[in-house]
Amino acid sequence: MSFSARVTQAIKGAALMDFVGAFGLAMKYMVRPKATVLYPFERGPQSPRFRGEHALRRYPNGEERCIACKLCEAICPAQAITIEAEPRADGSRRTTRYDIDMVKCIYCGLCQEACPVDAIVEGPNTEFAVETREELYYDKARLLDNGDRWERLIAKNMELDAPYR
Amino acid sequence: MTSTALDFWATPLGWSLITVGQILLVTVVLLLSVAFQIYGDRKIFAGVQMRKGPNVVGPFGLLQSFADLGKFVVKELVIPAGADKAVFLLAPLISVTLALGSWAVMPFGPGWIVSNINVGVLYLFALSSLGVYGIIMGGWASNSKYAFLGSLRSAAQMVSYEVSIGFVVITVILLAGSMNLQQIVESQSGGFWNWYMFGGGLANWPILLVTFPMGVIFFISGLAETNRPPFDLPEAESELVAGYAVEYGSTPYLLFYLAEMSNILLMSMLFAILFLGGWQAPFPTPFTADWAPTAVSLFAFMWLFLKTIFVFFMNAMVRAIVPRYRYDQLMRLGWKVFLPTSLVAVVLIAAWRVFGPQA
Amino acid sequence: MDLQAIAFYLLAAITVASGLLVITARNPVHSVLFLILAFFTAAGLFVMLGAEFLAMLLVVVYVGAVAVLFLFVVMMLDVDFSQLREGFSRYLPIGMVVGGVLAIEMILVATTVANRGAASLNAAPANPDAALPNAEAIGRVLYTDYVYFFQAAGLVLLVAMIGAIVLTLRHRPGVRRQNIADQVARTLESGMEIVQIKSGEGLSE
Repeated sequence: MSFSARVTQAIKGAALMDFVGAFGLAMKYMVRPKATVLYPFERGPQSPRFRGEHALRRYPNGEERCIACKLCEAICPAQAITIEAEPRADGSRRTTRYDIDMVKCIYCGLCQEACPVDAIVEGPNTEFAVETREELYYDKARLLDNGDRWERLIAKNMELDAPYR
Repeated sequence: MTSTALDFWATPLGWSLITVGQILLVTVVLLLSVAFQIYGDRKIFAGVQMRKGPNVVGPFGLLQSFADLGKFVVKELVIPAGADKAVFLLAPLISVTLALGSWAVMPFGPGWIVSNINVGVLYLFALSSLGVYGIIMGGWASNSKYAFLGSLRSAAQMVSYEVSIGFVVITVILLAGSMNLQQIVESQSGGFWNWYMFGGGLANWPILLVTFPMGVIFFISGLAETNRPPFDLPEAESELVAGYAVEYGSTPYLLFYLAEMSNILLMSMLFAILFLGGWQAPFPTPFTADWAPTAVSLFAFMWLFLKTIFVFFMNAMVRAIVPRYRYDQLMRLGWKVFLPTSLVAVVLIAAWRVFGPQA
Repeated sequence: MDLQAIAFYLLAAITVASGLLVITARNPVHSVLFLILAFFTAAGLFVMLGAEFLAMLLVVVYVGAVAVLFLFVVMMLDVDFSQLREGFSRYLPIGMVVGGVLAIEMILVATTVANRGAASLNAAPANPDAALPNAEAIGRVLYTDYVYFFQAAGLVLLVAMIGAIVLTLRHRPGVRRQNIADQVARTLESGMEIVQIKSGEGLSE
């Protein structure tokens, strides 16, 4: 490197040219629109295909969709689903137990892909943090309850996603 | 005010009461300023990164610092096993006492000073050199390797940069001919061309080339002295977790934090006093001649306030835009760049004082 | 008793007490901390004498720099206290002899000074012209009457510094040092080279 270039560099360093440039850039960024989302009050966009907390859906007449085919249990790569089934009083096959270990679950979405009747789905909810590990072992009642609570959003998301399936 | 009242304020008891009142006033205002300083620091840092910063507690998040204070105070005080309990608890107290004690000699306006001593600059220098002890003691007493390494780093860094700060301050003392901070400020009156950042007077224009870099060196050394980024190696969270403060929590940590923030404010104000004319307005102010003394003082304090905020803003911007130095680079900068430069500057300015037009 | 007397007795008591604690504290780090406290209160006594410049220098130099290094060394030391105390009885006689000699000397000096009235001589203000700032008064004496001693002291310090550098400086061969100016001076042109390599030919160098 030539001597004159070195001198220029030294003068630039002494005049804090680098710092002045960085300062200008920082000031430019300071007046830009903020990138932050105020999370509990604002939310970022979410895809209709988002795979969040599980839910067991019902038919509009209140009958639960799940027919205890155990395809989800079979396909679950984390083996998080446990199903026990026996015929109900009216002769239809229904689950007596439908547990999901949310600690094991990897939220891959294979259960909802496998389900022939769209009973088990992963809803849009992400806020199900709890204080103890036991509360993350979801049973059938909890899952059905989730389904009732999130049904409108789940139905809308499935409708939005339908053209692409 | 009657004459008997005047007499009472002249007695030792009255004098002590006045002094205690002044100290309380300065302390309360200082602590409030520190609260909003932390808020401003976080807001500036957030702004550069296109974040919003604290904005939940109070309007625009202005009360965030007070919420943090409440959180710190109600937390449980944990003293690590094997820690030297007395020294462990003494260290933050020493830090915060020294940090608050430095404000005794700061001139806030004409006549607005708690203790107008002749060696004000040296007093500040002595207290800042004592500040190392809070950190070393805290790091050693924690009985933790991270804390100890952090405190060693911090102490070495502060001792190194104190040397160059000392020489830079000597250049200002040489120009002002006094170590009294009030007199240093008074000698910069009349307009911004009389500030020591710009050589201290039009007749001194050739030494602008020396004093301006000295101001920059003082600013950077001040960053290192207060363990501010880019020189925050003592608490380098990526390698030393939190340095000397790693075992601290609750109120003792709050005290360390308070001392650090108060020192940053002190350095900002000291820069304003030594190089930016302190409470002097940046233009001649003949119109204040017939004002009431209190109004003049308030007017002067406003300028010091604005200058301090400006310096602190630069401080916060440096934190936001400059990446952290490596430890050997830090030491190289202190000993191989700043120390020789400031030594040469002392010689040049002393020569200017002896052989220059003012001699 | 006025305020000054109270302050003096307070500072003096703290100085003496911390001085005692320096030699009696079991933990060496505590000893150094008490030593620092003694320095600091001694600085307070200087202020009471009207020598505020010296007081500040004492704090800056001894407390701020020298004692920090003390503290570093003592904190790094791995002292085995049981081993230290083992030799206590063996070294007690010689220690007592040295201590006794020192004590007798100090008593002698103190009594002579008191008898000759040198103390009253020293009671004259160190700074005769009260209007003159402390630092200026010292400078006037130091750079006129005692300039040769001052320069000699400076030379001694310079020699000590050079000695320390000579003792510790080693030039090790084969050490790659960072040259920051060179690194900063690198540009796109000097830092990289773009070559077009034909397929299957590679680059020979």
